[in-house]
Amino acid sequence: MPNTPKIGNTQLKLLEKLCNAVAVSGDEGEVRQIVLEELRPLADEIKVDALGNVLVTKNGGGANRLRVMLDAHIDEVGFMLVDDEKDGIFRFETVGSLDVRQLVGKQVLVGREHLPGVIGAKPIHLTTADERKKSIPLDSLRIDVGPGGGKVKVGDRAAFATRFRRVGPSIFAKAIDDRIGVATLIELVKNAPANVDVLAAFTVQEEVGLRGAKVAAHAFDPDLAIAIDSTPANDLPMHDGSENISYNTKLDHGPAIYVADAGTLGDPRLIRFLAETGDLNGIKYQFRQPGGGGTDAGAIHKARAGVPSVSVSVPGRYAHTAAGLSRLDDWKATLSLLHAALTRMTPELLAGERR
Amino acid sequence: MKSLIQKLTETFSPSGYESAIRDVVRAEVEPLADEVRVDALGNLIVRKGNGSGQGRRIMLAGHMDEIGLIASHVDENGFVRFTTIGGIRPQVLHGARVVFVNGARGVIGGERYENWNQMHPYDKMFIDVGAASAKDCPVRVGDVAAFERAFLDMGDKLVAKSMDDRIGVAVMVETLRQLKSTPHEVYFVFTTQEEVTLGGAATAAFGVDPEIGVSVDVTATGDTPKGEKMEVSLGKGPAVKIKDGGMLADPRIVDWMIRSAESAKIPYQREVLLGGTTDAKAMQVARAGVPAGCLSIPCRYIHSPSEMVEYNDVQNAVKLLVAMLSAPVSLD
Repeated sequence: MPNTPKIGNTQLKLLEKLCNAVAVSGDEGEVRQIVLEELRPLADEIKVDALGNVLVTKNGGGANRLRVMLDAHIDEVGFMLVDDEKDGIFRFETVGSLDVRQLVGKQVLVGREHLPGVIGAKPIHLTTADERKKSIPLDSLRIDVGPGGGKVKVGDRAAFATRFRRVGPSIFAKAIDDRIGVATLIELVKNAPANVDVLAAFTVQEEVGLRGAKVAAHAFDPDLAIAIDSTPANDLPMHDGSENISYNTKLDHGPAIYVADAGTLGDPRLIRFLAETGDLNGIKYQFRQPGGGGTDAGAIHKARAGVPSVSVSVPGRYAHTAAGLSRLDDWKATLSLLHAALTRMTPELLAGERR
Repeated sequence: MKSLIQKLTETFSPSGYESAIRDVVRAEVEPLADEVRVDALGNLIVRKGNGSGQGRRIMLAGHMDEIGLIASHVDENGFVRFTTIGGIRPQVLHGARVVFVNGARGVIGGERYENWNQMHPYDKMFIDVGAASAKDCPVRVGDVAAFERAFLDMGDKLVAKSMDDRIGVAVMVETLRQLKSTPHEVYFVFTTQEEVTLGGAATAAFGVDPEIGVSVDVTATGDTPKGEKMEVSLGKGPAVKIKDGGMLADPRIVDWMIRSAESAKIPYQREVLLGGTTDAKAMQVARAGVPAGCLSIPCRYIHSPSEMVEYNDVQNAVKLLVAMLSAPVSLD
């Protein structure tokens, strides 16, 4: 493989920094800052647009270069404080899709100063057997930051407080969705091959409706687009020993190429091209099970007069919870597949009609 | 026109995989058109006329795609689990036959019923493609299939899978054939992905940048035993859409259709559809906005393998479109 970018300590440190940063949809400044710092020195053009997307252009050289939009969203799911009930107790709403059953007892970081808080719950000493059978609805949950300071205000966002950890072949972190895509995209810009123009969009507000990607794709007006994201691996064995038929993706099976999700049907030319790239270079990959969910490609493919698009995700367990779990090898394979695909991209790829 | 309808409805092209139907349509329209092109999402864009003088730039949209199934898992024994492309109700699946885009054929079966009064959801059904193991299964995750069902000519009534919206496609092809001259620049756009996101019409409308948009699609009827309460029947003419679940037709487009029908003495019906929508929804909000409406062909049993239309309605829809496009349009 030609000059495959490596994932070493530098890249891991960057992923750690990205995962630990807080950037709940609509207030993505922290991650935006990291992206700007990493890419400002080497971008041909870099700007922050009206919605807060970071748009980076890295031009290639020579004739007939495809203009390839690569996308990763910088926002994450989280919470917003909506009602101050005094003494540091706040009612809150979710930002992005979260399973309310999973929130109880989690530690959170509140506001831009990352003040500690907890989504408290009645201790087991005081609950009844009946109560323990039911999940606690969102309007009964509170974030408790404790009294004092008055620094926490209604409208502040909060995120899970989980710190990044690497354990052998795995990483545990909050917001792997989609900081692992952001880290991948940063490496792709740093190692952009010269045969294409790389148009990198680090997008806002994916988790609340693909809003950043919509305007980013309009601005870039690319020839084609690849959304780089994180997708659930629901690959644990079934409790009754039957065959798991709805795993979505599996860990250790490499990057997941999307055929169909709730937002779009991937361009078959790009799907075949990515699979061929994997086969030619001995990079493992899997097809994500068609079904619900989606990525920024759901907005990008509809931009202007249409953009051939596909999504590639790093598989991860426990998405949209306090602690996701992904494998380093899947991340490496994702970066390798995308880099190898970019390297062999020519206008030939889109010369024929979509079929 | 019946043989055209048969050819169109016996082609398999679920959303996102419209290349087969596009080839069939292109062969029909190429000799009749001033310009033919295919855009990034696979829409077939066919221009007729130059819009000199009084003419408008008008976009007609009939969608080429059809509902379908997509393989999500092949189990150890070669049975294929699936999810749907577009709105398919589980009731119409049991016992249905499907054809994959790669040619493989299959029948739909289900797990043992625990309760016969409750319909299986999709994840308790599977496609049996005759394989004995995952290894010799001709279907992979991500392969796409459509209903297999032959065209049936009952005389006045025609039955087929994918009448939604191959009948609209047929009406547009026939309109193009019969349209001797037009003051307008008319774009006959055969769109993709209507059944999933209206994505084809949205992007084609950006590309064409029309002054007027009209989709040509099927609509439901209220003329079957204890059916939906709806003022549309087979055989009473094409339906002028006033509203559906996703859009409000521009009243000026509604007036234009009705004026054209009345002056040419073509029967028509007024349509208010409570659920569902069509390409006009996407056209309407393209760029800075497009006055849009929809000419509907009444159709029974929509999104089943046996969708029924009345041949007279189909022919009258062609007549109405030809009348609309042959004369200048005033939207004042």
